Amino acid sequence: MDKLIIAGHEFSSRFILGSGKFSLDLVKAAVESAGAEIVTLALRRANTKTEYNILDFIPKTVTLLPNTSGARTAEEAVRIARLSRELGCGDFVKIEVIKDTKFLLPDNYETIKATEILAKEGFVVMPYMYPDLNAARDLANAGAATIMPLAAPIGSNLGLLTKHFIKIIIDEIKLPVIVDAGIGSPSQACEIMQEGAAAVMVNTAIATAKNINEMAEAFKLAIIAGRKAYLAGLGRVLNFKAEASSPLIDFLEDK
Amino acid sequence: MKVNGKDIVLKETKTLADFLKENNYNLERIVIELNGKIVSKDKYNTVNLKDTDVMEVLTFVGGG
Repeated sequence: MDKLIIAGHEFSSRFILGSGKFSLDLVKAAVESAGAEIVTLALRRANTKTEYNILDFIPKTVTLLPNTSGARTAEEAVRIARLSRELGCGDFVKIEVIKDTKFLLPDNYETIKATEILAKEGFVVMPYMYPDLNAARDLANAGAATIMPLAAPIGSNLGLLTKHFIKIIIDEIKLPVIVDAGIGSPSQACEIMQEGAAAVMVNTAIATAKNINEMAEAFKLAIIAGRKAYLAGLGRVLNFKAEASSPLIDFLEDK
Repeated sequence: MKVNGKDIVLKETKTLADFLKENNYNLERIVIELNGKIVSKDKYNTVNLKDTDVMEVLTFVGGG
């Protein structure tokens, strides 16, 4: 059976769902339609007036992946990760360190520093990063459990703008490479899975779709299709020539 | 004292547990940082709040 393995934890689904931008009553159905076994969350100040919590809408079997959104430095990311773990939902953390408020691009240097500290504390560290091979190597050496390169700016739905550089990381780094941020359509998810991505994370493309549940399922199927295609091995490509698929003998006419 | 960035007048000494219950926080869903340090749930009944304290009461929300 083909499993996604992250720091010894096995998952059947290769679809990580982000839970932002959804109204709470839509989260449960989206998780189920996606077949997601990992869902990301954020840590924020609690509001005493809010009756329900997002945890009430996520099935208990799902692995929670708190992010460190809001962190601008390694130190802030470490603080958020420790607080998140104290909530008693496991050791997984998605490191996100962002200083750039315009394009929301991750700071690889601070991310590497946070990864090193948290990996030593026993966290399963999944760093979100700008797809740079040197930084990916540093993250792996710092103890990251996966590498999560961005496809395009967060929330943009622009697709695989960094595809070539993600492919370099997939080929060179032994850890699972999970493509996070910017994927806007199921076909893009399928395409990067075909290239050997271990999983895909999607949030905005589903949360901003006209039909959230149908889109969640469309992504689920696309990710499965892309994985199967990767395992099957794509057929070869011919440039500037053709090769008939039907036999070139025994035509119904005399020469 | 300051709670989640807002000034709050602490009229009398009380435990962290009492403060959280009075303010209707769901104890199962929150984590507390008091003066920069995490307070584990088993300490809520023994920690007394002071008017100079700075506290963060945090919870999970949707996020990507």
